[in-house]
Amino acid sequence: MSSNLTLRASVLSFVIFALFIAAWHIATRQTASVAAMDPEYAKLMGLTATTGKSAMPGPFDVAAKIWEHLKNPFYDRGPNDKGLGIQLAFSIGRVMLGYCIAVCVAIPTGFVIGMSPLMSKALNPFIQVMKPISPLAWMPLALYTIKDSSISAIFVIFICSLWPMMINTAFGVAAVRKEWLNVARTLEVRPLRKAFTVILPAAAPTILTGMRISIGIAWLVIVAAEMLVGGTGIGYFVWNEWNNLSIVNVIISILVIGLVGMLLDQALARVARLVTYPD
Amino acid sequence: MFKNPFDYRNRLSRGCTCGQHTSQGEHDAALRAQSADLAKNTEATYENLVAETVMRQIFPVDAHRRAFLQKLGASTAAAALSSFFPLATATEVFAQAGSLEKKDLKVGFIPITCATPIIMAAPLGFYSKHGLNVEVNKAAGWAVIRDKTINKEYDAAHMLSPMPLAITMGVGATAIPYTMPAVENINGQAITLAMKHKDKRDPKQWKGFKLAVPFDYSMHNYLLRYYLAENGIDPDTDVQIRAVPPPEMVANLRADNIDGFLAPDPVNQRAVYDGVGFIHMLSKQIWDRHPCCGFAASQEFVKTNPNSYAALLKAIIDATAYATKAENRKEIAEAIAPANYLNQPVTVVEQVLTGTFADGLGNVVKAADRIDFDPFPYESFAVWILSQMKRWGQIKGDVDYQKIAKQVYLATDTTKFMKEVGLTPPASTTKTFSIMGKTFDPTKPDDYIASFAIKRT
Repeated sequence: MSSNLTLRASVLSFVIFALFIAAWHIATRQTASVAAMDPEYAKLMGLTATTGKSAMPGPFDVAAKIWEHLKNPFYDRGPNDKGLGIQLAFSIGRVMLGYCIAVCVAIPTGFVIGMSPLMSKALNPFIQVMKPISPLAWMPLALYTIKDSSISAIFVIFICSLWPMMINTAFGVAAVRKEWLNVARTLEVRPLRKAFTVILPAAAPTILTGMRISIGIAWLVIVAAEMLVGGTGIGYFVWNEWNNLSIVNVIISILVIGLVGMLLDQALARVARLVTYPD
Repeated sequence: MFKNPFDYRNRLSRGCTCGQHTSQGEHDAALRAQSADLAKNTEATYENLVAETVMRQIFPVDAHRRAFLQKLGASTAAAALSSFFPLATATEVFAQAGSLEKKDLKVGFIPITCATPIIMAAPLGFYSKHGLNVEVNKAAGWAVIRDKTINKEYDAAHMLSPMPLAITMGVGATAIPYTMPAVENINGQAITLAMKHKDKRDPKQWKGFKLAVPFDYSMHNYLLRYYLAENGIDPDTDVQIRAVPPPEMVANLRADNIDGFLAPDPVNQRAVYDGVGFIHMLSKQIWDRHPCCGFAASQEFVKTNPNSYAALLKAIIDATAYATKAENRKEIAEAIAPANYLNQPVTVVEQVLTGTFADGLGNVVKAADRIDFDPFPYESFAVWILSQMKRWGQIKGDVDYQKIAKQVYLATDTTKFMKEVGLTPPASTTKTFSIMGKTFDPTKPDDYIASFAIKRT
């Protein structure tokens, strides 16, 4: 029954995909009519102006370009023109660095907030104000104070992935069942041991949910941050291709950004499954 | 009294480490004298070093070299060698590189044809000719290039010519003493309008238009305002002028967010190439030979790295001179069009640089001086820019025009370096010019501002 369902679902997915591609292809087929042009003049003009070719690329243009990128993902033709693979590596590196620093800060802080009602009440107003700030709003301030664009980008990743993790950790720690803590107390477990053997396993699923939300946000933000500071990364790639009005490459980047985001999310989901246990 | 003979650090034998002197002190003194001698005659050292390297390459086996020298004699050998290897030139290059404070430099640029000399100097080898290893980095916008240069991520950068003035005065940024020792290009901008305004060629019909310029502190902003005001349109109340980064302009024009722009190329030509706009007029029709972008560096960089700065500036001046020649323009277009630099179709860049272009209305226009290159930063340019900043309320109060102009536009340096690379600099650092038929006298900027009907003072 379930294998039957999977099969039907994949058939349906495929049909939706095929319909989408077909609709796309039809929508971008050459339609506009153009006035006759002096050949000398036409030589100086682009295809959109001379042949009425749609400014939006069709699915086959995109597929051909993807193949071109796949054939040579790691080329390096100078500081401003690197392959898609290298750009992705730069972006993932930045996200990982900012995210790991955020993990190191958010989880201990979240623990403290969750275990102490006093800290929780005292820090709450700060967290509530900082949480809704768009990470990119930090960018000018970071550039101005840190005085280094790549560290600024990492800082923005750090600051945006901090809050969901901290709040989730605090919530998970605070919500550990009273009975378990009472059992620990009757057994006279020391505080550090209590934190690691009772609270951490109990709060782990909630913490990981926070981490999953954070990595999603971090990946959303890196593209925008790199578009702003330029230099390297997938965000810069999008900007550079936009500069050239190359919609094909912009579509490919969108696709790649989606795929990498999904992979990052799935990786954390797998970890979450490892630490979840039946009650 | 006696050294401990069982301590490995003590030397028991008399004499020095090399064995040629009676004591270690004498040995050291001889070494010092030798190195002083070397320093006195660095030129000779370089020559010997270069010659030695060359000889070692030619005779990998030392016995062969000695046999060769024995047969010919040293002076004949040296003459024979220099006949096919330019020893003198090699020494000169080596000596020059040796005195540079910083060889690896980073220079920022915005992907527009105004940056042509800065960009082309990399692929066409003008930086390496002056002993520098320069990495040209593309930046996302003017605010970013300003911040990255202030943060010292870039040693020098391509900037709009009003920007170093604004930064020095602390307008729209923290006040940091900046310099602009060279103008990149003159002319090379245009007003482009959306295709639907094909019949509105008179600016008096432009009321309510949304127009874009690349930055608030740009020649584009001042030229557009000047042009509109001369035609009786108040640039602040009758139209909306907004700052849009050049790469976003064509996309915005296509999306109908703006009606037109006064922008740097290749943006104008790209709008034509994609059939979304037409070129209303070239900026040279407003002010022929107006400056646009400049090559800027902080005063700190100029002072702490005088030799690197000189080499960099000479490379730029050299490249600018090369770009001035019409016969080189096609080669330059091909060199700067790839994704690493402008990231534009070659034909678009070529149309801009050669001045034979499609205007978007079905005509092929020939204007050889659509863009031209002249590195000389006339102080009068700075004074005019300051007068416009004041006219439109960007700066208030009294301005010491001549002092700021002299401090930022390093015309004397440019004069010196232009001579060194074999160019003839203009005799004076000031000149008068006329914009849309109105003469500008750089000695009376305040009277000039007062003479306009539309102003914000």
